[in-house]
Amino acid sequence: MADDANKVNGADEAPIKERVKPDPPGYFEGESMTRRNVFTVASQAIGGIAAAGIVLPAVGFAVAPIFHRGKERWEAVGPVSDFVEDTYRQVVFTETEGIGDAGKTTAYVRRSSEDLGEEAGKIVAVSNRCAHLGCPVRFVEAAGNFICPCHGGVYDFQGKRIGGPPVRPLDQFQTRVRQGQVEVGPRYSVTNQMEPVRARDPGEFTGGIWEYLYPPRPSTFPPP
Amino acid sequence: MPSLPKPKIPDAVVPPPLRKPAKPGSGGTPKGQAPTDLKTAPGRKTAGDKLLDVGKEAPIDALGWVDQRLAASGFLTGMLFRKVPKGTNWFYTLGSATLFAFIVQAVTGVFLAMYYTPSATQAYASIAHINEVPLGQLVHGMHKWGASVMVILVFLHMGRTFFFGAYKYPRELNWVIGVTLLILTMLMAFTGYLLPFDQRSFWASIVGININGTGPVVGPYLNDFLRAGPELGATTLARFYAIHMLLVPGAIIALIGAHMYLVVKLGTTAPPWVKAERPKVAAPVAPLDAGGNGNGRVNGHHADGAPVDGEGNGASSA
Repeated sequence: MADDANKVNGADEAPIKERVKPDPPGYFEGESMTRRNVFTVASQAIGGIAAAGIVLPAVGFAVAPIFHRGKERWEAVGPVSDFVEDTYRQVVFTETEGIGDAGKTTAYVRRSSEDLGEEAGKIVAVSNRCAHLGCPVRFVEAAGNFICPCHGGVYDFQGKRIGGPPVRPLDQFQTRVRQGQVEVGPRYSVTNQMEPVRARDPGEFTGGIWEYLYPPRPSTFPPP
Repeated sequence: MPSLPKPKIPDAVVPPPLRKPAKPGSGGTPKGQAPTDLKTAPGRKTAGDKLLDVGKEAPIDALGWVDQRLAASGFLTGMLFRKVPKGTNWFYTLGSATLFAFIVQAVTGVFLAMYYTPSATQAYASIAHINEVPLGQLVHGMHKWGASVMVILVFLHMGRTFFFGAYKYPRELNWVIGVTLLILTMLMAFTGYLLPFDQRSFWASIVGININGTGPVVGPYLNDFLRAGPELGATTLARFYAIHMLLVPGAIIALIGAHMYLVVKLGTTAPPWVKAERPKVAAPVAPLDAGGNGNGRVNGHHADGAPVDGEGNGASSA
Protein backbone atom coordinates (compact mmCIF):
# COMPACT_ATOMS: atom_id res chain seq x y z
CA MET A 1 0.00 0.00 0.00
CA ALA A 2 2.79 2.37 0.89
CA ASP A 3 4.42 1.44 -2.36
CA ASP A 4 1.25 2.27 -4.18
CA ALA A 5 1.14 5.62 -2.50
CA ASN A 6 4.73 6.36 -3.44
CA LYS A 7 4.16 5.27 -6.96
CA VAL A 8 1.23 7.54 -7.42
CA ASN A 9 2.28 10.44 -5.33
CA GLY A 10 6.00 10.66 -5.11
CA ALA A 11 7.01 10.86 -8.72
CA ASP A 12 7.31 14.22 -10.38
CA GLU A 13 6.81 12.64 -13.75
CA ALA A 14 3.12 12.23 -13.03
CA PRO A 15 1.15 15.16 -14.39
CA ILE A 16 -0.27 17.40 -11.70
CA LYS A 17 -3.88 16.59 -12.48
CA GLU A 18 -3.32 12.91 -12.04
CA ARG A 19 -1.95 13.22 -8.52
CA VAL A 20 -4.05 11.25 -6.13
CA LYS A 21 -4.26 11.83 -2.41
CA PRO A 22 -2.22 9.10 -0.75
CA ASP A 23 -3.98 6.57 1.35
CA PRO A 24 -3.70 7.42 5.04
CA PRO A 25 -1.65 5.05 7.19
CA GLY A 26 -3.61 2.01 8.26
CA TYR A 27 -6.08 2.34 5.46
CA PHE A 28 -7.74 -0.78 4.21
CA GLU A 29 -10.00 -1.27 1.29
CA GLY A 30 -13.65 -0.65 1.95
CA GLU A 31 -13.43 1.24 5.22
CA SER A 32 -15.89 4.09 5.59
CA MET A 33 -14.04 5.96 8.32
CA THR A 34 -10.33 6.12 8.91
CA ARG A 35 -8.82 5.29 12.25
CA ARG A 36 -7.68 8.90 12.50
CA ASN A 37 -11.22 10.16 11.97
CA VAL A 38 -12.57 7.80 14.61
CA PHE A 39 -10.12 9.09 17.16
CA THR A 40 -10.68 12.71 16.16
CA VAL A 41 -14.44 12.43 16.54
CA ALA A 42 -14.19 10.37 19.71
CA SER A 43 -11.77 12.70 21.46
CA GLN A 44 -13.83 15.74 20.51
CA ALA A 45 -17.01 14.08 21.69
CA ILE A 46 -15.44 13.08 25.01
CA GLY A 47 -14.05 16.57 25.42
CA GLY A 48 -17.46 18.04 24.69
CA ILE A 49 -19.14 15.78 27.21
CA ALA A 50 -16.55 16.71 29.84
CA ALA A 51 -17.02 20.42 29.13
CA ALA A 52 -20.81 20.06 29.30
CA GLY A 53 -20.45 18.21 32.58
CA ILE A 54 -18.79 21.28 34.04
CA VAL A 55 -20.68 24.07 32.30
CA LEU A 56 -24.25 22.78 32.48
CA PRO A 57 -24.45 22.40 36.28
CA ALA A 58 -22.86 25.82 36.73
CA VAL A 59 -25.28 27.51 34.34
CA GLY A 60 -28.21 25.62 35.85
CA PHE A 61 -27.12 26.77 39.29
CA ALA A 62 -27.07 30.38 38.08
CA VAL A 63 -30.52 30.27 36.45
CA ALA A 64 -32.17 28.09 39.13
CA PRO A 65 -33.90 31.05 40.86
CA ILE A 66 -36.12 31.41 37.80
CA PHE A 67 -37.79 28.12 38.69
CA HIS A 68 -37.73 28.43 42.46
CA ARG A 69 -40.70 29.76 44.39
CA GLY A 70 -40.05 30.89 47.93
CA LYS A 71 -42.25 30.31 50.95
CA GLU A 72 -45.54 32.13 51.10
CA ARG A 73 -45.25 34.98 53.56
CA TRP A 74 -48.10 36.57 55.52
CA GLU A 75 -47.73 39.52 57.84
CA ALA A 76 -50.29 41.13 60.18
CA VAL A 77 -50.71 44.84 59.55
CA GLY A 78 -53.40 45.80 62.08
CA PRO A 79 -56.90 45.01 63.34
CA VAL A 80 -59.82 45.01 60.94
CA SER A 81 -61.30 48.01 62.71
CA ASP A 82 -58.34 50.13 61.52
CA PHE A 83 -59.53 50.03 57.93
CA VAL A 84 -62.48 51.79 56.31
CA GLU A 85 -64.16 51.73 52.92
CA ASP A 86 -63.72 55.24 51.63
CA THR A 87 -60.00 55.81 52.12
CA TYR A 88 -56.71 53.97 52.39
CA ARG A 89 -54.46 53.34 55.30
CA GLN A 90 -50.76 52.98 54.54
CA VAL A 91 -49.03 49.91 55.92
CA VAL A 92 -45.39 48.87 55.67
CA PHE A 93 -44.39 45.24 55.81
CA THR A 94 -41.52 42.99 54.78
CA GLU A 95 -41.81 41.48 51.32
CA THR A 96 -38.23 40.21 50.97
CA GLU A 97 -36.42 38.85 53.98
CA GLY A 98 -32.75 39.17 54.75
CA ILE A 99 -31.98 42.63 53.39
CA GLY A 100 -33.31 44.79 56.19
CA ASP A 101 -35.27 47.89 55.33
CA ALA A 102 -34.59 47.44 51.62
CA GLY A 103 -36.86 44.38 51.70
CA LYS A 104 -39.85 46.32 53.00
CA THR A 105 -42.67 47.46 50.81
CA THR A 106 -45.72 49.66 51.20
CA ALA A 107 -49.36 48.78 50.63
CA TYR A 108 -52.49 50.93 50.80
CA VAL A 109 -55.23 48.96 52.57
CA ARG A 110 -58.99 49.54 52.82
CA ARG A 111 -62.21 47.54 53.09
CA SER A 112 -63.89 46.59 49.84
CA SER A 113 -66.73 48.84 48.71
CA GLU A 114 -69.99 47.66 47.13
CA ASP A 115 -70.39 51.13 45.63
CA LEU A 116 -67.35 50.36 43.42
CA GLY A 117 -68.83 47.00 42.41
CA GLU A 118 -66.55 44.99 44.69
CA GLU A 119 -67.47 41.94 46.72
CA ALA A 120 -68.46 43.02 50.20
CA GLY A 121 -66.54 42.09 53.33
CA LYS A 122 -63.09 41.86 51.75
CA ILE A 123 -59.88 43.70 52.45
CA VAL A 124 -58.16 45.38 49.50
CA ALA A 125 -54.39 45.92 49.66
CA VAL A 126 -52.96 47.96 46.76
CA SER A 127 -49.21 47.88 46.18
CA ASN A 128 -47.42 51.20 45.91
CA ARG A 129 -45.20 49.86 43.15
CA CYS A 130 -45.90 51.80 39.98
CA ALA A 131 -46.89 49.59 37.07
CA HIS A 132 -44.66 51.64 34.77
CA LEU A 133 -41.12 51.02 36.05
CA GLY A 134 -41.52 50.28 39.75
CA CYS A 135 -41.19 53.66 41.43
CA PRO A 136 -43.15 54.10 44.68
CA VAL A 137 -46.54 55.75 44.11
CA ARG A 138 -48.33 57.80 46.77
CA PHE A 139 -52.03 57.97 47.53
CA VAL A 140 -53.10 61.61 47.39
CA GLU A 141 -56.08 61.96 49.69
CA ALA A 142 -57.39 65.20 48.21
CA ALA A 143 -57.47 63.85 44.66
CA GLY A 144 -58.39 60.32 45.62
CA ASN A 145 -55.72 59.15 43.18
CA PHE A 146 -52.39 57.33 43.27
CA ILE A 147 -49.65 59.47 41.72
CA CYS A 148 -46.17 58.36 40.72
CA PRO A 149 -43.33 60.87 41.22
CA CYS A 150 -41.04 59.46 38.53
CA HIS A 151 -42.85 59.74 35.20
CA GLY A 152 -46.30 61.04 36.10
CA GLY A 153 -48.36 57.88 36.22
CA VAL A 154 -51.84 58.43 37.71
CA TYR A 155 -54.24 55.75 39.03
CA ASP A 156 -57.79 56.12 40.31
CA PHE A 157 -59.07 55.12 43.76
CA GLN A 158 -59.18 51.43 42.83
CA GLY A 159 -55.72 51.51 41.28
CA LYS A 160 -56.82 51.60 37.64
CA ARG A 161 -54.58 53.59 35.35
CA ILE A 162 -56.09 56.91 34.33
CA GLY A 163 -53.03 58.72 33.00
CA GLY A 164 -49.33 58.61 32.25
CA PRO A 165 -47.13 55.78 31.03
CA PRO A 166 -48.23 52.82 33.23
CA VAL A 167 -49.36 49.77 31.29
CA ARG A 168 -51.82 48.24 33.75
CA PRO A 169 -53.48 48.89 37.13
CA LEU A 170 -51.49 48.83 40.35
CA ASP A 171 -50.59 45.42 41.77
CA GLN A 172 -52.41 44.10 44.81
CA PHE A 173 -51.60 41.80 47.72
CA GLN A 174 -53.64 38.85 48.88
CA THR A 175 -55.35 39.54 52.19
CA ARG A 176 -56.99 37.50 54.92
CA VAL A 177 -58.24 38.06 58.44
CA ARG A 178 -56.77 35.95 61.25
CA GLN A 179 -57.92 36.52 64.83
CA GLY A 180 -59.21 39.97 64.02
CA GLN A 181 -55.93 40.95 62.39
CA VAL A 182 -55.62 41.85 58.72
CA GLU A 183 -52.77 39.95 57.10
CA VAL A 184 -51.20 40.71 53.74
CA GLY A 185 -49.65 37.96 51.66
CA PRO A 186 -48.23 37.36 48.20
CA ARG A 187 -48.36 39.96 45.47
CA TYR A 188 -50.51 39.55 42.35
CA SER A 189 -51.22 41.69 39.32
CA VAL A 190 -54.57 42.58 37.78
CA THR A 191 -55.79 43.14 34.26
CA ASN A 192 -57.49 46.34 33.15
CA GLN A 193 -60.79 44.61 34.07
CA MET A 194 -59.38 44.04 37.59
CA GLU A 195 -59.16 40.28 37.09
CA PRO A 196 -56.35 38.84 39.20
CA VAL A 197 -53.40 37.23 37.41
CA ARG A 198 -49.99 36.08 38.57
CA ALA A 199 -47.64 38.86 39.61
CA ARG A 200 -45.90 40.61 36.73
CA ASP A 201 -42.99 42.98 36.91
CA PRO A 202 -43.69 46.64 36.26
CA GLY A 203 -43.79 47.59 32.61
CA GLU A 204 -45.39 44.32 31.55
CA PHE A 205 -48.94 44.34 30.17
CA THR A 206 -51.55 41.94 31.51
CA GLY A 207 -54.61 40.29 30.00
CA GLY A 208 -55.35 38.98 26.53
CA ILE A 209 -52.39 38.20 24.31
CA TRP A 210 -50.05 39.85 26.80
CA GLU A 211 -50.47 36.82 29.04
CA TYR A 212 -48.41 34.97 26.43
CA LEU A 213 -45.97 37.75 25.52
CA TYR A 214 -45.22 38.32 29.21
CA PRO A 215 -45.65 34.79 30.50
CA PRO A 216 -46.21 34.20 34.21
CA ARG A 217 -43.01 33.41 36.04
CA PRO A 218 -42.69 30.19 38.06
CA SER A 219 -41.26 32.21 40.94
CA THR A 220 -44.58 33.99 41.56
CA PHE A 221 -47.64 32.75 43.44
CA PRO A 222 -50.97 31.85 41.80
CA PRO A 223 -53.54 34.65 42.06
CA PRO A 224 -56.42 34.30 44.54
CA MET B 1 41.21 -2.40 23.35
CA PRO B 2 42.57 -0.14 20.64
CA SER B 3 40.76 3.11 20.51
CA LEU B 4 38.74 3.63 17.43
CA PRO B 5 39.07 6.85 15.54
CA LYS B 6 36.41 9.33 16.44
CA PRO B 7 33.70 9.47 13.77
CA LYS B 8 33.47 12.71 11.94
CA ILE B 9 30.32 14.58 12.71
CA PRO B 10 28.76 16.14 9.64
CA ASP B 11 28.86 19.90 9.69
CA ALA B 12 25.14 20.19 9.17
CA VAL B 13 24.46 18.49 12.47
CA VAL B 14 26.64 20.78 14.54
CA PRO B 15 24.55 23.67 15.86
CA PRO B 16 25.90 27.08 15.07
CA PRO B 17 27.31 28.88 18.08
CA LEU B 18 24.79 31.05 19.84
CA ARG B 19 25.54 34.50 18.58
CA LYS B 20 25.23 37.13 21.18
CA PRO B 21 24.99 40.70 20.05
CA ALA B 22 28.14 42.72 20.52
CA LYS B 23 28.13 43.95 24.03
CA PRO B 24 28.41 47.67 24.28
CA GLY B 25 31.58 48.68 25.99
CA SER B 26 33.12 45.25 26.00
CA GLY B 27 35.48 45.88 23.14
CA GLY B 28 36.83 49.13 24.50
CA THR B 29 36.83 52.17 22.29
CA PRO B 30 36.75 51.35 18.60
CA LYS B 31 39.84 52.23 16.58
CA GLY B 32 40.00 55.69 15.18
CA GLN B 33 37.89 57.24 17.84
CA ALA B 34 39.04 59.32 20.72
CA PRO B 35 38.58 57.64 24.04
CA THR B 36 35.67 59.05 25.90
CA ASP B 37 37.61 59.34 29.09
CA LEU B 38 41.06 60.79 28.58
CA LYS B 39 42.31 59.75 31.97
CA THR B 40 42.20 56.06 31.14
CA ALA B 41 43.79 54.63 28.08
CA PRO B 42 41.59 52.46 25.90
CA GLY B 43 41.58 48.85 26.88
CA ARG B 44 42.97 49.53 30.31
CA LYS B 45 40.11 49.62 32.70
CA THR B 46 40.04 49.74 36.40
CA ALA B 47 38.16 47.12 38.34
CA GLY B 48 35.45 49.65 39.04
CA ASP B 49 34.94 50.36 35.36
CA LYS B 50 34.64 46.68 34.61
CA LEU B 51 32.07 46.30 37.32
CA LEU B 52 30.20 49.24 35.86
CA ASP B 53 30.28 47.64 32.42
CA VAL B 54 28.91 44.42 33.80
CA GLY B 55 26.16 46.39 35.45
CA LYS B 56 25.35 48.20 32.24
CA GLU B 57 25.15 44.99 30.29
CA ALA B 58 23.11 43.14 32.86
CA PRO B 59 19.70 44.37 31.71
CA ILE B 60 20.57 43.68 28.08
CA ASP B 61 21.85 40.22 28.97
CA ALA B 62 18.73 39.52 30.99
CA LEU B 63 16.49 40.70 28.20
CA GLY B 64 18.45 38.60 25.74
CA TRP B 65 18.15 35.59 27.99
CA VAL B 66 14.39 36.00 28.15
CA ASP B 67 14.04 36.72 24.46
CA GLN B 68 16.05 33.64 23.48
CA ARG B 69 13.38 31.62 25.24
CA LEU B 70 10.29 33.65 24.33
CA ALA B 71 11.25 34.80 20.83
CA ALA B 72 8.91 37.70 21.47
CA SER B 73 11.07 40.54 20.22
CA GLY B 74 9.97 40.08 16.63
CA PHE B 75 6.32 40.24 17.63
CA LEU B 76 6.87 43.19 19.92
CA THR B 77 8.82 45.24 17.39
CA GLY B 78 6.26 44.35 14.75
CA MET B 79 3.49 45.56 17.00
CA LEU B 80 5.12 48.65 18.45
CA PHE B 81 6.87 49.87 15.30
CA ARG B 82 4.18 49.02 12.78
CA LYS B 83 3.55 51.53 10.07
CA VAL B 84 0.46 53.68 10.13
CA PRO B 85 -1.18 55.41 7.18
CA LYS B 86 -0.69 59.03 6.32
CA GLY B 87 -3.12 61.35 8.01
CA THR B 88 -3.22 59.42 11.27
CA ASN B 89 -4.26 61.96 13.87
CA TRP B 90 -5.39 62.42 17.44
CA PHE B 91 -8.74 60.77 16.78
CA TYR B 92 -6.83 57.53 16.46
CA THR B 93 -5.92 57.67 20.15
CA LEU B 94 -9.51 57.18 21.31
CA GLY B 95 -9.16 53.41 21.32
CA SER B 96 -6.01 53.58 23.44
CA ALA B 97 -7.77 56.08 25.70
CA THR B 98 -10.62 53.61 26.17
CA LEU B 99 -8.13 50.87 26.99
CA PHE B 100 -6.47 53.17 29.50
CA ALA B 101 -9.85 53.94 31.07
CA PHE B 102 -10.50 50.22 31.38
CA ILE B 103 -7.13 49.66 33.03
CA VAL B 104 -7.91 52.45 35.51
CA GLN B 105 -11.25 50.76 36.27
CA ALA B 106 -9.61 47.37 36.67
CA VAL B 107 -6.86 48.60 38.99
CA THR B 108 -9.07 50.79 41.17
CA GLY B 109 -11.74 48.07 41.21
CA VAL B 110 -9.31 45.48 42.54
CA PHE B 111 -8.40 47.75 45.44
CA LEU B 112 -12.00 48.75 46.13
CA ALA B 113 -12.81 45.04 46.40
CA MET B 114 -10.39 44.86 49.35
CA TYR B 115 -12.79 47.00 51.39
CA TYR B 116 -16.21 46.37 49.86
CA THR B 117 -18.71 43.87 51.33
CA PRO B 118 -21.32 42.62 48.86
CA SER B 119 -24.00 42.14 51.49
CA ALA B 120 -27.32 43.93 51.50
CA THR B 121 -26.97 44.88 55.13
CA GLN B 122 -23.27 45.83 55.04
CA ALA B 123 -22.64 47.20 51.55
CA TYR B 124 -23.66 50.77 52.32
CA ALA B 125 -21.57 50.85 55.50
CA SER B 126 -18.55 49.39 53.71
CA ILE B 127 -18.74 52.12 51.06
CA ALA B 128 -18.94 54.71 53.82
CA HIS B 129 -15.85 53.11 55.35
CA ILE B 130 -14.02 53.22 52.01
CA ASN B 131 -14.57 56.96 51.92
CA GLU B 132 -13.07 57.30 55.42
CA VAL B 133 -9.89 55.34 54.70
CA PRO B 134 -7.02 57.62 53.61
CA LEU B 135 -7.12 58.01 49.81
CA GLY B 136 -10.24 55.84 49.78
CA GLN B 137 -12.39 58.67 48.53
CA LEU B 138 -9.90 59.28 45.71
CA VAL B 139 -9.80 55.65 44.56
CA HIS B 140 -13.58 55.37 44.91
CA GLY B 141 -13.99 58.59 42.93
CA MET B 142 -11.59 57.41 40.22
CA HIS B 143 -13.68 54.27 39.83
CA LYS B 144 -17.01 56.11 39.89
CA TRP B 145 -16.09 58.92 37.50
CA GLY B 146 -13.83 56.69 35.45
CA ALA B 147 -16.87 54.55 34.66
CA SER B 148 -18.58 57.50 33.00
CA VAL B 149 -15.34 58.46 31.23
CA MET B 150 -15.01 54.95 29.86
CA VAL B 151 -18.58 54.89 28.53
CA ILE B 152 -18.06 58.27 26.85
CA LEU B 153 -14.73 57.20 25.35
CA VAL B 154 -16.24 53.98 24.02
CA PHE B 155 -18.86 55.99 22.17
CA LEU B 156 -16.32 58.50 20.84
CA HIS B 157 -14.12 55.64 19.66
CA MET B 158 -17.14 54.04 18.01
CA GLY B 159 -18.01 57.35 16.34
CA ARG B 160 -14.48 57.73 15.00
CA THR B 161 -14.62 54.21 13.55
CA PHE B 162 -18.00 54.87 12.00
CA PHE B 163 -17.34 58.29 10.49
CA PHE B 164 -13.90 57.30 9.16
CA GLY B 165 -15.44 54.23 7.54
CA ALA B 166 -12.98 52.06 9.45
CA TYR B 167 -15.59 49.32 9.97
CA LYS B 168 -15.50 48.29 6.30
CA TYR B 169 -13.80 45.27 4.81
CA PRO B 170 -11.73 43.60 6.18
CA ARG B 171 -12.48 45.06 9.61
CA GLU B 172 -16.15 44.08 10.01
CA LEU B 173 -15.30 41.44 12.60
CA ASN B 174 -13.47 44.00 14.68
CA TRP B 175 -16.57 46.21 14.56
CA VAL B 176 -18.65 43.29 15.82
CA ILE B 177 -16.17 42.66 18.64
CA GLY B 178 -16.23 46.37 19.43
CA VAL B 179 -20.02 46.44 19.66
CA THR B 180 -19.88 43.43 21.98
CA LEU B 181 -17.38 45.34 24.11
CA LEU B 182 -19.77 48.30 24.15
CA ILE B 183 -22.58 46.08 25.42
CA LEU B 184 -20.30 44.57 28.05
CA THR B 185 -19.24 48.06 29.12
CA MET B 186 -22.89 49.03 29.55
CA LEU B 187 -23.42 45.85 31.56
CA MET B 188 -20.51 46.86 33.78
CA ALA B 189 -22.02 50.30 34.29
CA PHE B 190 -25.41 48.78 35.10
CA THR B 191 -24.20 46.15 37.57
CA GLY B 192 -21.77 48.55 39.21
CA TYR B 193 -24.49 51.09 39.87
CA LEU B 194 -26.25 48.87 42.42
CA LEU B 195 -23.16 48.14 44.50
CA PRO B 196 -23.19 51.23 46.79
CA PHE B 197 -26.71 50.09 47.76
CA ASP B 198 -28.00 53.54 48.61
CA GLN B 199 -31.47 54.83 47.69
CA ARG B 200 -30.40 56.05 44.27
CA SER B 201 -28.63 52.86 43.22
CA PHE B 202 -31.41 50.70 44.67
CA TRP B 203 -34.24 52.42 42.79
CA ALA B 204 -32.22 52.95 39.63
CA SER B 205 -31.47 49.24 39.53
CA ILE B 206 -35.14 48.40 40.05
CA VAL B 207 -36.10 50.68 37.17
CA GLY B 208 -33.31 49.23 35.02
CA ILE B 209 -34.31 45.65 35.75
CA ASN B 210 -37.96 46.46 35.00
CA ILE B 211 -37.03 48.03 31.68
CA ASN B 212 -35.18 44.80 30.92
CA GLY B 213 -38.33 42.88 31.82
CA THR B 214 -40.39 44.61 29.16
CA GLY B 215 -38.69 42.48 26.53
CA PRO B 216 -41.38 40.08 25.34
CA VAL B 217 -41.31 36.39 26.29
CA VAL B 218 -37.78 36.26 27.72
CA GLY B 219 -37.86 39.57 29.60
CA PRO B 220 -39.69 38.28 32.72
CA TYR B 221 -37.35 35.30 33.02
CA LEU B 222 -34.27 37.47 32.51
CA ASN B 223 -35.53 39.61 35.38
CA ASP B 224 -35.74 36.61 37.67
CA PHE B 225 -32.25 35.61 36.57
CA LEU B 226 -30.83 39.08 37.27
CA ARG B 227 -32.55 39.38 40.65
CA ALA B 228 -32.10 35.71 41.57
CA GLY B 229 -35.79 35.68 42.46
CA PRO B 230 -39.06 37.54 42.05
CA GLU B 231 -37.89 40.56 44.06
CA LEU B 232 -34.63 42.44 44.41
CA GLY B 233 -33.08 40.71 47.41
CA ALA B 234 -29.90 39.77 49.20
CA THR B 235 -28.74 37.47 46.42
CA THR B 236 -29.24 40.18 43.82
CA LEU B 237 -26.39 42.24 45.22
CA ALA B 238 -24.02 39.26 45.36
CA ARG B 239 -25.03 38.34 41.83
CA PHE B 240 -24.45 41.84 40.48
CA TYR B 241 -21.13 41.92 42.31
CA ALA B 242 -20.01 38.63 40.73
CA ILE B 243 -21.11 39.75 37.28
CA HIS B 244 -19.43 43.13 37.81
CA MET B 245 -16.04 41.94 38.96
CA LEU B 246 -15.62 38.41 37.63
CA LEU B 247 -17.81 37.52 34.68
CA VAL B 248 -17.84 40.65 32.55
CA PRO B 249 -14.25 41.81 33.19
CA GLY B 250 -12.98 38.42 32.08
CA ALA B 251 -15.00 38.63 28.90
CA ILE B 252 -13.87 42.22 28.32
CA ILE B 253 -10.19 41.36 28.74
CA ALA B 254 -10.49 38.44 26.32
CA LEU B 255 -12.33 40.52 23.74
CA ILE B 256 -9.92 43.47 24.10
CA GLY B 257 -7.15 40.99 23.29
CA ALA B 258 -8.97 39.87 20.15
CA HIS B 259 -9.80 43.49 19.28
CA MET B 260 -6.18 44.62 19.53
CA TYR B 261 -4.87 41.55 17.73
CA LEU B 262 -7.06 42.43 14.77
CA VAL B 263 -6.00 46.09 14.91
CA VAL B 264 -2.34 45.09 14.71
CA LYS B 265 -2.98 42.38 12.16
CA LEU B 266 -5.10 44.46 9.80
CA GLY B 267 -3.58 47.87 10.44
CA THR B 268 -5.48 51.10 10.73
CA THR B 269 -7.27 53.02 8.04
CA ALA B 270 -6.31 56.37 6.63
CA PRO B 271 -8.79 59.17 7.28
CA PRO B 272 -11.33 59.51 4.48
CA TRP B 273 -9.92 62.86 3.36
CA VAL B 274 -6.51 61.37 2.54
CA LYS B 275 -6.53 60.49 -1.13
CA ALA B 276 -5.04 57.32 -2.44
CA GLU B 277 -1.66 57.59 -4.10
CA ARG B 278 -1.64 56.05 -7.50
CA PRO B 279 1.33 53.90 -8.41
CA LYS B 280 3.83 56.00 -10.40
CA VAL B 281 4.31 53.35 -13.05
CA ALA B 282 1.37 51.47 -14.38
CA ALA B 283 1.90 48.01 -13.07
CA PRO B 284 1.46 45.29 -15.65
CA VAL B 285 0.03 42.92 -13.08
CA ALA B 286 -3.39 42.30 -11.70
CA PRO B 287 -4.70 45.39 -9.90
CA LEU B 288 -5.23 43.51 -6.68
CA ASP B 289 -1.49 43.00 -6.37
CA ALA B 290 -0.62 46.60 -7.04
CA GLY B 291 0.60 47.25 -3.54
CA GLY B 292 -0.83 49.75 -1.10
CA ASN B 293 -3.75 51.44 -2.73
CA GLY B 294 -4.43 54.07 -0.16
CA ASN B 295 -7.37 54.71 2.07
CA GLY B 296 -6.32 51.80 4.14
CA ARG B 297 -7.65 49.22 1.76
CA VAL B 298 -5.58 46.19 2.18
CA ASN B 299 -3.56 44.66 -0.55
CA GLY B 300 -4.58 41.29 0.72
CA HIS B 301 -6.24 38.63 -1.40
CA HIS B 302 -3.13 36.52 -1.30
CA ALA B 303 -4.13 32.99 -1.98
CA ASP B 304 -1.48 31.69 0.36
CA GLY B 305 -3.06 33.37 3.32
CA ALA B 306 -0.18 35.73 3.93
CA PRO B 307 -0.85 38.32 6.58
CA VAL B 308 -2.92 41.12 5.25
CA ASP B 309 -0.87 44.23 4.94
CA GLY B 310 -2.94 47.11 6.16
CA GLU B 311 -0.80 50.10 5.39
CA GLY B 312 -2.33 52.43 2.93
CA ASN B 313 -0.63 54.92 0.68
CA GLY B 314 1.87 52.54 -0.73
CA ALA B 315 3.87 52.10 2.41
CA SER B 316 5.64 48.81 2.21
CA SER B 317 5.51 46.36 5.02
CA ALA B 318 8.55 45.96 7.17
